[in-house]
Amino acid sequence: MRVLIPSALQSYTGAPLVDGSGETLGAVLDGLESRFPGLRFRIVDEQERIRPHLRVFVNGRPLFDLNAPLPPTEQVNFVLALSGG
Amino acid sequence: MDSSLRVVSSRSRRVGPVVLLVATRKGAWILHGDAGRQTWRVDGPHFLGHVISHLVLDPRDGQTLLAAARTGHLGPTVFRSTDFGRTWTEAARPPAFAKAAPGETGRVVDHTFWLTPSNAREPGVWYAGTSPQGLFRSEDGGVTWAPFSTLNDDPQFREWMGTVQDGTPDGPKLHSILVDPRDARHLHIAMSGGGVHESTDAGQTWTPRVAGLKVVEGFDPAVVTFHDPHCVRRCLSRPDRLYQQNHCGIFRQDRPDADWVSIGDTMPAKVGAIGFPMVVHPRDADTAWVFPMDGSDVWPRTSPQGKPAAYVTHNAGRTWKRQDVGFPRSQAWWTLKRQAMCADAGDPVGLYLGTTSGELWISRDEGVAWAPLMQHLPEIYALDVVDLR
Repeated sequence: MRVLIPSALQSYTGAPLVDGSGETLGAVLDGLESRFPGLRFRIVDEQERIRPHLRVFVNGRPLFDLNAPLPPTEQVNFVLALSGG
Repeated sequence: MDSSLRVVSSRSRRVGPVVLLVATRKGAWILHGDAGRQTWRVDGPHFLGHVISHLVLDPRDGQTLLAAARTGHLGPTVFRSTDFGRTWTEAARPPAFAKAAPGETGRVVDHTFWLTPSNAREPGVWYAGTSPQGLFRSEDGGVTWAPFSTLNDDPQFREWMGTVQDGTPDGPKLHSILVDPRDARHLHIAMSGGGVHESTDAGQTWTPRVAGLKVVEGFDPAVVTFHDPHCVRRCLSRPDRLYQQNHCGIFRQDRPDADWVSIGDTMPAKVGAIGFPMVVHPRDADTAWVFPMDGSDVWPRTSPQGKPAAYVTHNAGRTWKRQDVGFPRSQAWWTLKRQAMCADAGDPVGLYLGTTSGELWISRDEGVAWAPLMQHLPEIYALDVVDLR
């Protein structure tokens, strides 16, 4: 699958789209962390919750649970809210 | 990007170049000053758009820089440089609270707020204070950070820390981490809110040090929760002396006496004794500076009457003298955060302050006169200065 990376995290990946794999969102993130160290903690806090202002969409639907099985998909999208000043 | 600027001359006799580190809400700047603090080379921005709460250069090696960073959307982290910011690497394990047991609600570090290197006998050891209140230690120069469970997860400390609603507008914070230059096991920390605490066993056990401090009228000063130290500094020339700018005044402590002594009562009534930074002289423990803020009614946190001024004591707080030469005479509604004023080790001492409106000011003569150093920066959160010898 492909993983869409928002601009604020592309300093880790060097690209807006990277390859990913895993049966859960948590597994996808673990795989990304092994290739792009530091990325996961910017997205997921120490209590294993996705951080505020950051959303994950698969097939147009939001995902919140790192451990839930991923639906069949070709792309996981990480999106940052445009908030703040 | 680099640029150069020249500031007003003085006759100061200095001992070496300095590096002034400017942490702002939108990035960091590194100012390289010559021995006379006359000419400055401005290097920055670093991390443009990132919230940099603190930028500190390790005085033990003169080259390791740590930056406490986050952005509005991403989790907090710490960046490290050993070449004055030409390259940065991210901490492999940034400060983070322990994962909560199943069924419990764990805390999440919102941002690292304060960075302190340990003393010269512990090279590579650093401490970090976070928001919400947490204490962390690194033993590898800031690459990995471990939480202090004796404080972060202690039920009594958690009660003293209160909730987010009890904290400062930018979130409750652990700050003013002080390491005794004689004994690295002797630590002080302060929490807004949650008081001042001392450890003599490297943080394994802690004793509240709030005796003598005031709290908001109507509250019980015996309750540690109600204490809000804004900034605590140790005198390197007399390590048993601490100065504190508090929510309710200015105080001094001379160990082994555990009681704080109020020293803000002689401040002019129309100025008051409220403020955020506390600055101590590097060689004279009787000399210290504050920068008063308006703490009346709704707490504007601006220079009283719109007339910025530092106040200095040369007698350990018995009397205070206004220092405002060079500052705007009126309509200057500055706010200084608690980390946004510092002193170098020159002779005479150079003082630096930064405002939330992005102005950077310098005094080369211990506050007698002030001159602008930079303008139009983002909101300044913290300054730190290191003398390079």
